[in-house]
Amino acid sequence: MLTAHPGLPEFDYIKPTTLPEASQFLAEHAGEARPFLGGTDTFVRLRDGAWKDKYLVDVKHLDGMQTLAFDPAAGLTVGAAVNMNRVIAAPEVQAHYPLLAEAAHTVASYQLRTRATLVGNACNASPAGDTVGAGLVLNAELLIFGVDGGRRAPLATFFRGPGKTTLRPGDIVTAIHYPLPPAGHAGRYLKLGRNALGDLAIVGVTALGYRDPAAPSGYRFRLALASVAPMPLRPVQAEALLSDQPLSEAGLQAAAEAAAAAATPIDDVRGGAEYRRLMVRNLTRQALRDVWQRLG
Amino acid sequence: MAMHRITFTLNGARERVEVPSNQTLLQLLRERLALTGTKNGCTAGECGACTVLWNGEPVNSCLVLAVECDGTEVVTVEGLAHDRQLDPVQTALLEAGGVQCGFCTPGVLLSARALLDRNPRPSDYEIRDALTGNLCRCTGYLRIIEAVKAAARAAEPA
Repeated sequence: MLTAHPGLPEFDYIKPTTLPEASQFLAEHAGEARPFLGGTDTFVRLRDGAWKDKYLVDVKHLDGMQTLAFDPAAGLTVGAAVNMNRVIAAPEVQAHYPLLAEAAHTVASYQLRTRATLVGNACNASPAGDTVGAGLVLNAELLIFGVDGGRRAPLATFFRGPGKTTLRPGDIVTAIHYPLPPAGHAGRYLKLGRNALGDLAIVGVTALGYRDPAAPSGYRFRLALASVAPMPLRPVQAEALLSDQPLSEAGLQAAAEAAAAAATPIDDVRGGAEYRRLMVRNLTRQALRDVWQRLG
Repeated sequence: MAMHRITFTLNGARERVEVPSNQTLLQLLRERLALTGTKNGCTAGECGACTVLWNGEPVNSCLVLAVECDGTEVVTVEGLAHDRQLDPVQTALLEAGGVQCGFCTPGVLLSARALLDRNPRPSDYEIRDALTGNLCRCTGYLRIIEAVKAAARAAEPA
């Protein structure tokens, strides 16, 4: 819902100087304070009246939040406040995590990505989050600072429903970590929007594949579906089909059908459920073809 | 509601203002500093009419809090021309006929300026991609895209 009035409701802007201070404030004001990064979702929700927080806690300047670091032995860590344009342009991301850059590039527009972040995309817990699928197939973990100190949480078990996560009062996600992807992997994010660029996903399909001599087919694939279930989804039966039987065009079709069967889409303003299910099948088949071709 | 004293650079000059927590950069520019070149369209980061440059990068000013601008640099469409000379993207947009009602124009100019700053010779696709967040309901975009190409050509050494 859009409103013609530019004003945000009243709240107090809080800028703590340390993570413990920020976490303690958030815990003490549970239910009436939230951390914010780029505000691309937060401000819209406040404006629409969906959220009524008394305090917005700016955490972008806190320790490690602006760091993007690649370790050839451990992987990529992206601080919570690193914006998506920086992720997309980072040579380490382009070299080792091109799937992540591809997915982030489909988010809204350049000027929105000046503010949008990977961590914010995860914490927003939208079923349509474009960069979440890449995180799922790359086995990403969230680094969380809470009142009891730091912990790591796999992205795979982070979501509890639309807009809902396992975060507790006082928790601040400080970074997202992507382990090293499988050697020689190829990835693809295909997104169907109402426009070629800039829209929310009606359906999003993330595919990652790599050669594995231990798999019966010689390959393993990981898939993630966006915008077709209450939460981002890994269609594991489709993945199993691709590793258990020799790869063929018919095999890709069967996996695509299995992915469509795993989806539980709804009808909404962007698309009908049946249309979405068919598009899951078609985009999954296309993404798998692209990945298989690149693996050779 | 808390008030915050902020200092920032606006179109090259230092500004010191006191802002409430919930004031957006868009409101600060238009309603307080009377810089109405920046337009208020959707207030949701969709239309790009409120685009300004923030530390050199285009951003939707409806989705930035004024208080976040403390210590930063903001350029609006009013700051694009220098020494009574229009910026090359302004000249090119005029010459190409890329302006009709004008509501999207300030945002388009700043997105285009930022594109040419980071990529002086963009392809057609890169121009369309960079302007995805600037909706125009009049021109059909073709003349805007031609203008950005012309501005890029004009900046090349002869």
